[in-house]
Amino acid sequence: MKLEIGNIHVKELAFGENTALSSGRVEINREELVGFIRELDHRITEVKLDIALPGEKTRIMPVKDVIEPRVKAEGKGSMFPGRNGGDEAMVGEGRTHVLKGMAVVTTGKVVGFQEGIIDMSGAGAEYTPFSKTKNLVITCEVDETCNQYDHEAILRRVGIETANKMGELAKTVAADDSRTYETKPLLEQAAQYPDLPKIGYVYMLQSQGLLHDTYLYGVDVKSIVPTILYPTEVMDGAIMSGNCVSACDKNPSIVHQNSPVIHELYEHHGTKYNFMGVIVTNENVTLADKERSSNYVTKLAVQMGLDAVIVSEEGFGNPDADLVMNCRKLEDAGIKTVLMTDEYAGQMGESQSLADSTPKGDAVVSNGNANMVITLPAMDRVIGHDVYADMIAGGAEGSLHADGSITAEIQVITGATNELGYHNLTAMAG
Amino acid sequence: MIKIVHYINQFFGQKGGEEAADLPIELVEGPVGPGTALAAALQGKAEIVKTIICGDSYFNENEEVACMGIREILDEVQPDLIVAGPAFNAGRYGMACGKVGEVAHSMGIAAISGMYVENPGYELYRNFSFMVETSNSAAGMRKAMPAMAQLVSSWIEKEGKLGTPEEEGYMPRGLRVNFFAEERGAKRAVNMLINKLEGKEFKTEYPMPVFDRVEPQPPVIDLSKATIALVTSGGVVPKGNPDHIESSSASKYGEYSIEGLDFLTEASHETAHGGYDPVACNQAPDRVLPVDVLREMEKKGKIGKLHNLFYTTVGNGTSVSNSKAFGAEIAMHLKNAGVSAAILTST
Repeated sequence: MKLEIGNIHVKELAFGENTALSSGRVEINREELVGFIRELDHRITEVKLDIALPGEKTRIMPVKDVIEPRVKAEGKGSMFPGRNGGDEAMVGEGRTHVLKGMAVVTTGKVVGFQEGIIDMSGAGAEYTPFSKTKNLVITCEVDETCNQYDHEAILRRVGIETANKMGELAKTVAADDSRTYETKPLLEQAAQYPDLPKIGYVYMLQSQGLLHDTYLYGVDVKSIVPTILYPTEVMDGAIMSGNCVSACDKNPSIVHQNSPVIHELYEHHGTKYNFMGVIVTNENVTLADKERSSNYVTKLAVQMGLDAVIVSEEGFGNPDADLVMNCRKLEDAGIKTVLMTDEYAGQMGESQSLADSTPKGDAVVSNGNANMVITLPAMDRVIGHDVYADMIAGGAEGSLHADGSITAEIQVITGATNELGYHNLTAMAG
Repeated sequence: MIKIVHYINQFFGQKGGEEAADLPIELVEGPVGPGTALAAALQGKAEIVKTIICGDSYFNENEEVACMGIREILDEVQPDLIVAGPAFNAGRYGMACGKVGEVAHSMGIAAISGMYVENPGYELYRNFSFMVETSNSAAGMRKAMPAMAQLVSSWIEKEGKLGTPEEEGYMPRGLRVNFFAEERGAKRAVNMLINKLEGKEFKTEYPMPVFDRVEPQPPVIDLSKATIALVTSGGVVPKGNPDHIESSSASKYGEYSIEGLDFLTEASHETAHGGYDPVACNQAPDRVLPVDVLREMEKKGKIGKLHNLFYTTVGNGTSVSNSKAFGAEIAMHLKNAGVSAAILTST
């Protein structure tokens, strides 16, 4: 598959009379877009739109998902395929246009206990990559007939449909810059660089259930056996977040769209190694599922002839067992591994960081200790509801102070310890 | 210029040797003894405003009072940094320096110390201070003091954000410290992969912990003659949690009698554990600590005896080091009491 990604850099994001894109300025007719969102589900009771820009004294919370507006400019399929009848076409080929630097952020009353915080300035802004994007924030509330699962599904749909609608603006606009990514069918790919080691990416997706869910072409990954993807499929939204797990290390949809390991692996594809493709797998809760999925991952890696892989985790605790099983079985099959995780080493950093361990895991990238405590200053504007600071994972009774500042673990910050290595936080022995 | 308070013992405070070890806390203006060399080395950067002198026996035998005194002094002086020692291999002095570091840490004040690597003060209190490694006797003062001064200088220059133990010359504190790397995680992973593939050197960012694997004991041959004890990390405690075992990150375990009890009830026991839904355990604590079943087995003669004490702690978020220490002590109690086997329940 060959996919050209064309970026249109968003220099300005503002509300205005028309919903339009011109010379890097995205203008949104607020009433029109509110109307569009309200039509998405009859159980929506309230929709509010805000714009949050880098550097503002603005806090967004509790954040459900962050999505990048994209559109298929050429080629089959649609963004985030497989959700609706008629959009079952495979994606990852042709040309995709991206509104770069902009994101759609969904918030509203809390769904699970594990939604996050995005601060656009101050100490917290350093810890979230989404303080640097121009954010269109949707505060969406639902009626009392909705349970948590309905609520999650509605917010997921609202975020994705809005991002897709924004993406449409970029369909016929010339890109500011573009780059082509290509991975060939297995046999051809193997033949292209016969002398280079074959490497792959084992992409673990959160699937513990009870609001810890991820979707692949619209399918809940709890119910899949591991499978193979072309790396470019992910750039067109083949993987979609439905997660309400700890904010610091869940992967918002934008992280999948810009999947960092995939992009970094393409950098040396054809020079240092031959990047054969992606194995997606799940993190189910039962031991039988864990054994089956890790066996299956190893089988696929051997079947693809891989010499080495990067394995990334999503979440912590229970999925540490999946990470360790994948590592152990792959290494036993003679496939070298590099593991990507984050740490829960206690607020002082004094404890052991993972719930499971293997001596085979000799190459680990840490994306930081999620228990570190931080104080987030009060902001001039809160989009959403800051009353949840005491209850979201990483917060505690008393986290929200009377003046609006918050003291909590960085676990509460969206993307702080992202395990796909989306940004730079790490930890060392000190 | 930053303000430093220096903690030293009676010997280095020039009060005398062992005969002066019962000296209570004394607060002196400016540097004393080894502090003079430190002050000279830090000229222009830092000032030793006060020196605390305390006898080693006094500190260790009156720890609570001594700590209260230290706290009061720090509260009044408001130093930027506390320096303690160096203590070399003097056990009581090392323990005092370590404890002073812990007190300072609890007040948000950084501490720098120096001692021999085998000084128990390092093992116990290494989380709380940056400790320079010294030789095992005071003969090493000429090397220890410049090393501590160097670390203090670096601490000042870097505004408290010291680098790794290797870079800065302090002994590992056993802590994981966050920082922002130059490259993002995904890029570091790919670089590590390339190095691993090419057989080049690479450094893991997190050395995987090594778990203890305890060899199972031989089976109990005759259960009807065995004394069985119950031990749990499920947090079952007498109602009201008399020893205040923490709901997470437990710092202690409890030892409680079940003499004369045929079962546990909502009225008699509860769980202190904060990591699971406590409803089922609180309704019937036997679900986590099965006193009822073992009493029945005792009555039927299936086991010889149920040990009349049980041991309990909270596993939730409790560090491995604490757990290990609890385990060793509990095992010793059981052994001394002649217990043949223990049932360990978790949640």
